[in-house]
Amino acid sequence: MEMVASGAIGREDSRLAMIRRRLALSLRSPAPYLALLGFALFLGFWHLAVEVWQLPRFRAMPSLGAVVGDWISRDPIYGLSLFTPEYYAHIWASLRRVLLAFALATALGVPLGMAFGWSPAFRRYVFPLFEILRPIPALAWVPLAIVMFHGTESSVRFITFLPAFFATALNTMLGVSSIDESYLRAARCLGASRWQTFRHVVVPGAMPFIFTGLQISIGVAWFSLVAGEMLAGEFGLGYVIYTGYTLVTYPTIVIGMVTLGLVGYVSSAIIRLVGRRLMQWHARNLGIEG
Amino acid sequence: MSQTLVELRQVSKFYRDGIGIKQVVRDCTLDIERGKLTVVIGPSGCGKSTLTRLIAGFERPTSGTLMSEGRPITGPHKDRLVLFQESALFPWMTTEQNVLYGPAARGEATPQAMQLAGSLIDRVGLTAFRRKYPTQLSGGMQRRAELARALVNNPKLMILDEPFRGLDAMTKSLMQEYFSGLFQEMQATVLFVTTDIDEAIFLADRLIIMTNAPTRVRKVINVDIPHPRKLADIVENDSANDVKIRALSILHEEAMRSFGGSAKASADFVQAYAARIGRTDSMTPGNPAP
Repeated sequence: MEMVASGAIGREDSRLAMIRRRLALSLRSPAPYLALLGFALFLGFWHLAVEVWQLPRFRAMPSLGAVVGDWISRDPIYGLSLFTPEYYAHIWASLRRVLLAFALATALGVPLGMAFGWSPAFRRYVFPLFEILRPIPALAWVPLAIVMFHGTESSVRFITFLPAFFATALNTMLGVSSIDESYLRAARCLGASRWQTFRHVVVPGAMPFIFTGLQISIGVAWFSLVAGEMLAGEFGLGYVIYTGYTLVTYPTIVIGMVTLGLVGYVSSAIIRLVGRRLMQWHARNLGIEG
Repeated sequence: MSQTLVELRQVSKFYRDGIGIKQVVRDCTLDIERGKLTVVIGPSGCGKSTLTRLIAGFERPTSGTLMSEGRPITGPHKDRLVLFQESALFPWMTTEQNVLYGPAARGEATPQAMQLAGSLIDRVGLTAFRRKYPTQLSGGMQRRAELARALVNNPKLMILDEPFRGLDAMTKSLMQEYFSGLFQEMQATVLFVTTDIDEAIFLADRLIIMTNAPTRVRKVINVDIPHPRKLADIVENDSANDVKIRALSILHEEAMRSFGGSAKASADFVQAYAARIGRTDSMTPGNPAP
């Protein structure tokens, strides 16, 4: 018992050491400093262009100081900051919509893509229809979605779901058809049934493509979510941006935009991490991991 | 027990080629004898790989019969395992998982099977790499892992289709000596397909020379060189050189014959063998030795 425990602690220790080593390594490389410099240059230009040089077209823009000042203020002039509960309510509203749409898109898109890739007969029936529907921009669905769902919440979710679903299904299909014939032959040779071949060869073989699909999927989900919220929302970050425009509270617009950027970045980073976890063989393959 | 494991009688195979039909195998009759290493050699593109797919059961012949132990071959079976030209190890499984895949898929992953897998992994020198993924192994290691994955199923026939293609010269000769010793020791029945005459003679108990496409058996030569063989000795061995001269003259005739019909195949052929023919003093192109 004790040995097991100490073994676990040893592993934990070595993992910590590994993280520390990796951190030290990345701090020694120029990448983090260059990234910081990039941010500094961008923010510096923003500040100078709006407040100091007052360039044409930039003059009416909210200044860096106004945005940051309001964002971190306990008593924001325009009503939205890190310290107001509404800020988090908006984030949560958007996040919930994206997560629901993304989950549904994954739950339906992955099996559909698998079926496309696995069964040529099924593909012949459904794929042409799929390919006609896929290029229709999500925004074109807005009027029909509102009529169909009698309410804004469901229609925003539907619009968010749609492009995510198409991206997931298409990438999954590509993943299945990318699997080398020799793997399928090897599995059959070794006595795997059709179902086992599917589970042990097709699913893991398609996994890298599926995760690429999921990354695209969450990206387009955010994209169409904001569009949907601007048109039909009552809450959420897209709604914040749009009301910021109608109420002429420009710093709020920028706060909404930056928040979207951050939340979007974190959500795709999480998918990337999960993917790397599930596909250690692939990470090693690409030389990402040790 | 009959001396013959697999027998082909008058086997032909046609493929649809655009609007026409292409014959790849024509009236091919050959036997694979138990406990012997049978090498099939012929010009590249002559239909050798088609022959292996027929014997493995991946494809059905257009006419003729294929029997294994007196029973017709109707599909892939673990008794006839193929090592493909490209590595077909599953990249998402470790060496150990790959080797055990056959027994696991058939629900036969007994302690004995696990033990056999362990000892085979040891036998091919990969014990230190049993938890590694295929992409972390070198080309030669991958070939050996794949060999272990096949051998763990106790196949009656091992089919190797140009298994060393793409390996560097050094690794290739190491693998040839290694495979030759291993198969000799195991008394395995092996069908080995190659375009390399030196490799063929080094490995073969029986050398089967195929005609150009549509292919069939042109000549069977028994290679009576005692085991264990060493690559360095074979160069000086009179009977090996005798076999080589006979084989080359037949292969050369095949190339010449097909010049009219299929210029590309014969150009490839002449290119592939020119160097070797030049090295054999008793033979010059256009003047085949007796």
